Amino acid sequence: MVSRGVFYIVTAILFVTGLLFMIYQHVTFDVPFFPGEEREIWTVEAKVDFEPNGNVPATVDLALPAVQPGFTQLSQSTASVGYGTSYVLRQQNSYVEWTKRAPLGLQTLYYRADFLRDDSAAASSMTIPELKQNTEPEPYATAMREIAEAARQRSSDPFSFMVQTIDELKRQPETASFLLTQYRREELLLHILELAQIPARVVGVLDLEDGRRNRTLTTRIAVFDGPHYEIFDPADGSSGINRQQLIWHNHDGSLLDVQGGSNAHLSFSTLRGSLPAAQAGELKVKAAQAAGAETVNLSISSLPLEEQSLFKGILLLPIGVIIVVFLRVIVGVKTSGTFMPVLIAMAFLQTSLLVGLIGFVSIVAIGLVVRSWLSHLNLLLVARISAVIITVIAIIGAISFITYKIGLTEGVKVTFFPMIILSWTIERMSILWEEEGYKEVLKQGGGSLFVAVCAFIAMDSYVIEHLTFNFLGLQLVILSLVLLMGNYTGFRLSELKRFKPLAQNIKSGRNGDETELEADRLKRERKELKAEQPAQQPWQLRRGDRLDEREDQR
Amino acid sequence: MFDWFKRTLTHYANPLDLMHFGIMGMNQRNVNYIGRYNQRRLYPLVDNKLLTKRLAMEYGVNSPKLIGTVEDQHDIDDILNILGDKTEFCIKPAQGSGGKGILVVTARSGESFIKGSGQAINMHDLRRHLSNILAGLFSLGGKQDIALIEDLIHFDPVFEGYSYEGVPDTRVIVFKGFPVMSMMRLSTKASDGKANLHQGAVGVGICIRTGKAVRAVQHNDPIEYHPDTGKDLFKLQVPHWHEVLTLAASCYNMSGLGYIGTDIVLDKNRGPMLLELNARPGLAIQTANNAGLVPRLRLIEALSKRRGYSVAERVAFAQEHFGVYNG
Repeated sequence: MVSRGVFYIVTAILFVTGLLFMIYQHVTFDVPFFPGEEREIWTVEAKVDFEPNGNVPATVDLALPAVQPGFTQLSQSTASVGYGTSYVLRQQNSYVEWTKRAPLGLQTLYYRADFLRDDSAAASSMTIPELKQNTEPEPYATAMREIAEAARQRSSDPFSFMVQTIDELKRQPETASFLLTQYRREELLLHILELAQIPARVVGVLDLEDGRRNRTLTTRIAVFDGPHYEIFDPADGSSGINRQQLIWHNHDGSLLDVQGGSNAHLSFSTLRGSLPAAQAGELKVKAAQAAGAETVNLSISSLPLEEQSLFKGILLLPIGVIIVVFLRVIVGVKTSGTFMPVLIAMAFLQTSLLVGLIGFVSIVAIGLVVRSWLSHLNLLLVARISAVIITVIAIIGAISFITYKIGLTEGVKVTFFPMIILSWTIERMSILWEEEGYKEVLKQGGGSLFVAVCAFIAMDSYVIEHLTFNFLGLQLVILSLVLLMGNYTGFRLSELKRFKPLAQNIKSGRNGDETELEADRLKRERKELKAEQPAQQPWQLRRGDRLDEREDQR
Repeated sequence: MFDWFKRTLTHYANPLDLMHFGIMGMNQRNVNYIGRYNQRRLYPLVDNKLLTKRLAMEYGVNSPKLIGTVEDQHDIDDILNILGDKTEFCIKPAQGSGGKGILVVTARSGESFIKGSGQAINMHDLRRHLSNILAGLFSLGGKQDIALIEDLIHFDPVFEGYSYEGVPDTRVIVFKGFPVMSMMRLSTKASDGKANLHQGAVGVGICIRTGKAVRAVQHNDPIEYHPDTGKDLFKLQVPHWHEVLTLAASCYNMSGLGYIGTDIVLDKNRGPMLLELNARPGLAIQTANNAGLVPRLRLIEALSKRRGYSVAERVAFAQEHFGVYNG
């Protein structure tokens, strides 16, 4: 006999473990607690066009999209006829490299990547740029210095310096237009930042818009303060990057490099898609694993599809089981066969409720009629059950055949009923009928159907299917709840009704010669008894006594 | 809606009341008493009447005499030899439940037998019945079974008129060897001669101290007279009451089960006899006694575990505490 304390601790451990497991899956794999949540997926395609230089080998390098907060890259692929493709690292920067010995005519290469909009993604491949000395020729250097000095006066840190610099350029339009004749705007800003010893770099950003083609990267400037950076629009000084912007090019290496070709042109197209959150989480984990990350994937969806559908059914069973436990232990519904209702409910899942109910009732009713005839034959048990099984198969066959012939294709689904279970149900109900009468049959049959319908409603729920399928931890939670209910010693709802007359009788009068309620008298006597024998519990005994007790038990 | 709810509520007892009266529910019985005091490995001793009978013989507990057993189809051919010249006997499945498959033969002439109901059956019917028992027709789950052939019980004439057909038996709940509550089960026309309360048999609560009737119920409702014979149920007094209690209490030593129902019949010649034991006795006995089981059980649980009690001491303790009548 396990002590109560241990039991509750084990139950609590199971419950908490299951719950933690669910939370782990929710956090790590992004599995939502409710179905129907969708994640945004952006498919970005980069297209490179170029003309080859006669018959020389061509090598095209395209910088790969940056790793950045807010997005997780799920997959990448290339499409380019006759080209060798490889993913290479050049000075720590990733590139896709296309190579071909003898390209002819206009060449088009495609690179495609899927990005999951992912707020939990935090990694970034952005590195801090090296500080360069401003070595610009005069008079440009002086002009820059003027701007820089003015901006320095008005700013407190690198980021405000950047904003003030852009402001200052607006405030001094003559100087600005003079400098801009020589430099591109972002180039000029970088040089001014060099003067202030602030690391910064130009990054290429892609605006994500659904169904857009022929887009180019827009230029932004990343300004660094130590390891932190902020991204600024060089035109108006607005800071930050919005949710619909993907940083593609975030390093000092080239974006596109074509050897053996000319007139190269890079354009992007973007397409928005959506994916169920659970599937997106799955893809994310797969991508991480492909990149070499060690994540334990405990989700069923990592199994082959066929096994998955098998598991889907199996994992729903505990839901039916806990409903049976609840209805039997707490409510006190009488059923014929303990878990028969769950199996019937599983069949209902295949047939739909109405067809299932009609099918079940008609099969059992016809079966009972046939069985009552069989009982006249006085057969041995095994032979009788076998006869009932064959009868049930015949009934099911007849129902599906007839309903199909008259055009009710739904009727064919009765073949999903578990035939052996149905046969035993018919056998048990028939015996019940003979022994206890039809009332008891209706009671237990009705109880079974009621439990089956409850189990069906629970198991049919999309939310519950989603939870059981995606959160294996839920099984532990159910187990702990079942254990807890297995320990319930209180009254069943049905017993409150059963004992109502008894309670009324006890209230209304004493038995025999009694003058007080027996329960009260015995309670008093128990207290007296305990007072006479104080050393009842082991911890109240002296050491010597305890030894005695052990010997007694032997 | 609210009215409907209120009306429904009147059909249900207040669980706090039930707890106060110490009425035991099914869950409490299963977890706290059967689960805690009855060891699983001892169940076959009570579920199989043959084992119970052998045990009873070993411990000298009075029970109907075993004439013979039919263990396989081959024995059926030998049935006449087994019966010998017995003219009254009773055939029952060793693992039957709820009185199923019991065949009572009260008279016999050669190969023709008269059943308890007066109906005559021939050798062929008898063989078929035995064959059904062996095939497990009456046992739980349809397990293969064996048939016991026992001496017929001649029930004590004091019970004349208290029972419609069938043998009135006394159910005593024995907890850790203490008889805690008892009732007589009287079959009625409605219960078809069977002693099952939910089939309509009358339950008469019996005072543990005196053996007198406390209260009688049929289908949960208090009654005063037997519905078929009209006999005053409150005049019922079980004879040899002390012996009945002693027999019941000694079943604890015999079976080792802490919480059992003992079914005892009174034979006019041989006195109280153990009919069978039940490791999962029902709760209807509380209704028949108009009292809850829990306070009685808890009183016994409060007794020192270190002190052993003899059968006589246990009976005396029970009679002192669980009486309804003073004498």
